[in-house]
Amino acid sequence: MELERTIPASRISPPPAPARGWPGLLRLVHLSLAGWTWAVFAFFYIPILLLAVYSFNDSKLNIVWQGFTTKWYGLLFENRVLLEAFRNSLIIGAVTTLAATALGTAGAWILHRYRYPFAGWIGLLIFIPMVIPEVLMGVSLLSLFSSLGVPRGFVTVIIAHVTFCFPFVLIGVQARLDGIDPFLEEAAMDLGATPWQAFRLVILPYLLPAVVAGALMAFTLSLDEYIVTLFTTGSQSQTLPLKVYGMAKVGLNPQINALSTLFVAATILLVISGELIKKARSR
Amino acid sequence: MGYLLPGSSTPTSATPRRTPGPAGWLLLSPLLLWLGLFVVVPTLLLVILSFCSRDPDAPGRVLYAFTLENYVRAFQPTYLKILGSSLLYAFLTAILCLVMGYPVAYFIGRAPEGRRNTLLALVMIPFWTSFLIRTYAWVTILSNQGFLNGILQASGLTSAPVDFMYTPGAVVLGLVYNYLPFMILPIYGSVEKLDQSLIEAAYDLGARPWSALVEVILPLTRPGIVAGFFLVFVPSIAMFAITTLMGGGAVPTVGEVIQKQFTAARHAPFGAALGTLLLLLFFAGLWATKPRREPEPID
Repeated sequence: MELERTIPASRISPPPAPARGWPGLLRLVHLSLAGWTWAVFAFFYIPILLLAVYSFNDSKLNIVWQGFTTKWYGLLFENRVLLEAFRNSLIIGAVTTLAATALGTAGAWILHRYRYPFAGWIGLLIFIPMVIPEVLMGVSLLSLFSSLGVPRGFVTVIIAHVTFCFPFVLIGVQARLDGIDPFLEEAAMDLGATPWQAFRLVILPYLLPAVVAGALMAFTLSLDEYIVTLFTTGSQSQTLPLKVYGMAKVGLNPQINALSTLFVAATILLVISGELIKKARSR
Repeated sequence: MGYLLPGSSTPTSATPRRTPGPAGWLLLSPLLLWLGLFVVVPTLLLVILSFCSRDPDAPGRVLYAFTLENYVRAFQPTYLKILGSSLLYAFLTAILCLVMGYPVAYFIGRAPEGRRNTLLALVMIPFWTSFLIRTYAWVTILSNQGFLNGILQASGLTSAPVDFMYTPGAVVLGLVYNYLPFMILPIYGSVEKLDQSLIEAAYDLGARPWSALVEVILPLTRPGIVAGFFLVFVPSIAMFAITTLMGGGAVPTVGEVIQKQFTAARHAPFGAALGTLLLLLFFAGLWATKPRREPEPID
């Protein structure tokens, strides 16, 4: 008895077929896992749901329900500051997405095609902008721009956004390149294609799903970025997150509820359509 | 989303990869130039700036003369305390995310194929939603004129609003709410790859569910846990956009202090010194969690 207590149960060689006793317990474990998961989903979605519900509340505060209204949405579309910031965000997001997707896709292909010395170090340099605390990237780019005397504006924000967006494209495309037929390019070139034609007509179509996913990721990241933008932007290129943050810091504002609801709705549509496309393709 | 994992991509050895000639290097140059100019040089500049001093006559200007005064100041108790509490909040956030997220990741990873995508989509929606929206959602719940205080007062439990906001609890809640998907997704990646037969083998050998978890499942999903911990802990240290919104000025974090030095306080060299310390922590974390060579799988 004494001996049994000191040895962990799992290390004792088992009596025959002890598993018979477990299924009941395993069923309980499964049920509690399911319950936990749905509780976490409730934690995810209840705040967002409340945000949406109160965007229709006829009161400036969230504390009481005063009645249904869509006036906050109306005010939102008349809010010139927010509309202009949204336009800036779209410009920055679009240019960033184009540049980051080009740099990321080409970079992934080139790093795949050639065996470079120091490839590990290049990989580390690509990885750093994805995970470095944003404030460090923001202040170091600010130091660069101010020591070079570059005025801050659209160009500097776009440079900053491309820097942390393109690695996401590159690594996504790299993952797809891992599964590529290694002789695909050679086959194309045997059939008379130049390396550029082989890339454009054979490799790129194969990479397209990863390129599109990367572009979407880059656009979302750019649209959502606050900290890096704060340090690299000028007064003429204020983005939506900067303006919304300024409003949120002052206090509750149902216009933010309305704006958030529109964005969350767009996000849900995007994720659902992504899932549907995946399903359609796998069929 | 598995590609968020460091080192998840391993080039196949079968590829006929070339040794780069002049053309190969020319093709690589845009990438190298971009990384050099916008990653390496700015980081070095930040470190250099941390050893410079501020022009006493014109506070916004930097004097390029070597000094250690910024570091002396950074190691004063005031700032060490802020750095310490930032690390503590980030650590608490990562632990809470792990405890909350692991069962979710496990449940999704073991769910039947058809349901798995739906469950995963339910994690992806908050992942893709703006951090600002998600943080503001909690502001509308916790603030003095917010939803929770509305319920408390309507039910007569309290007469005056309770201060939920601007507390360390609110800060950690904001961070957990934002970073939880970053814990779930990499762990899910590990759980999905988990070989069911290994777990069954453990049961066949008489393991109880608990020891199967501790001795088989947790060690096999370790890469996901390590990646998730890194992806939550590191950004949480300096994510001042969330901590300022949830903590007001009352719960200062190191990110907030760095930001202030570069903006309102106009003392960039001191901000750079704090930034360099944070950079060192970041590289230490990167090194500590870098994927180690996995043991060869047993066939």
